[in-house]
Amino acid sequence: MSTPVLDVRGLAYAYPDGHQALYGVDLHVHQGERVALLGPNGAGKTTLVLHLNGILTAGAGSVSVSGLPVEKAHLQEIRRRVGVVFQDPDDQLFMGTVRADVGFGPANLGIKGPELDRRVMHALDLVGMADFVDRPPHHLSFGQRRRVAVATVLAMEPEILVLDEPSSNLDPASRRELADILRSLDVTLLMVTHDLPYALELCPRAVVLSDGSVVADGPTYDVLTDDALMRANRLELPFGFDPRTVGPRP
Amino acid sequence: MGAGHGHKLHFHGHSPVHRAPAHLKILTLLAFMLVVVATPREWYPVFGLYLLVVVAVIALSRVPVTYILKRCVVEVPFLFFALLLPFVATGPTTEVLGVTVSQHGLLAAWALLVKGTLGVLASLTLAATTEPQELLRGLERLHLPNQLVQIMAFMVRYLDVVTGEMQRMKVARDSRGFSARNPRHWPVLARSLGALFIRSYERGERVHLAMLSRGYTGRMPR
Repeated sequence: MSTPVLDVRGLAYAYPDGHQALYGVDLHVHQGERVALLGPNGAGKTTLVLHLNGILTAGAGSVSVSGLPVEKAHLQEIRRRVGVVFQDPDDQLFMGTVRADVGFGPANLGIKGPELDRRVMHALDLVGMADFVDRPPHHLSFGQRRRVAVATVLAMEPEILVLDEPSSNLDPASRRELADILRSLDVTLLMVTHDLPYALELCPRAVVLSDGSVVADGPTYDVLTDDALMRANRLELPFGFDPRTVGPRP
Repeated sequence: MGAGHGHKLHFHGHSPVHRAPAHLKILTLLAFMLVVVATPREWYPVFGLYLLVVVAVIALSRVPVTYILKRCVVEVPFLFFALLLPFVATGPTTEVLGVTVSQHGLLAAWALLVKGTLGVLASLTLAATTEPQELLRGLERLHLPNQLVQIMAFMVRYLDVVTGEMQRMKVARDSRGFSARNPRHWPVLARSLGALFIRSYERGERVHLAMLSRGYTGRMPR
């Protein structure tokens, strides 16, 4: 097989206060895959995400993105390749206008002028927010802000898009609109989520992280229908939802 | 959330004052204030002239006078201090309405009152006629150090977020029977303020992470 887009080997990490969050995580994500990262609160999902673009540095083990190891020397390139969308759009959108915000990433990469404009408009088109380009982000609705947050990362043309809880706090319509957008993107996707139906809908593959290690990795349908595994890792389907009635996704 | 449109100090309009370049307006305000502050406090009629200038600009901007006056309440603590001065200052005394007050204090109070009010009126006029974004661009054009402009830009951006958070904390407090009228409850206010500070600080850290994740290296892209 080709070089995986994301290659995490034996990753372990303890926070400075001594709390060990990750115990040897192995994860490989290949080009074009859409993977859900599941796990209860405190399983280490966010810690893992912060390693993918070099915000945290591995205590042991390694992370590489398309063959490039995540190290200080090429952090800038790593951060172009790995686009992280954080949970709270208010953390992600900090500039005065949507245009400036979406342009922030590419501008940091040294892109300017018409090419910057093209990237900004293209990214906003992909999330259906092109009409809002000159609005201040804090005047948008929550769902719109989440979509702009996705655009801020798409504008960097990343090789892998990492989303932290993309469906949290969205109303059902915004949640579905975001799903349509994510499905339409031609990009490798890693999605951290507690929203299991969302994972089943969008991601053919699921990885379960529990207490800092990967305890399951397989088709999302198989993971969600493995009752013993689900129970052992504090994963619960919402009331009335049964993957068996939906069936495995193509 | 439901953030309103525009900032609370800005009054949307298209007058010549609104359209004037922001950096010119900032410089004008600064020059005006320097002149006001430098004017000897005994030149009473001159202050009337200053007031006339401010009123003329407000009239030109077509911002309702009540809009500006309502926002003048920020000055109240200073007014209180000004009123106190004639009673606490020393030196020769005089009688006003049968009350013995210090002459120096009276003069100092007058100066504080008139210069402060002119300053507040002029600043509010600038705020009412200039979008915060424009103000920042104006400061940038005046070559204010980039770091300072950035800090102010973040303040403008997160003002609504933090006040929203404060509002939600207040609603949550009040929903549990809190009353700010009861002095015994006041320590709770201090603790809420502390919590708000910690939350804002942590948000600052998260924003920084989000910036790093998009390749921020310490300088805003131009």
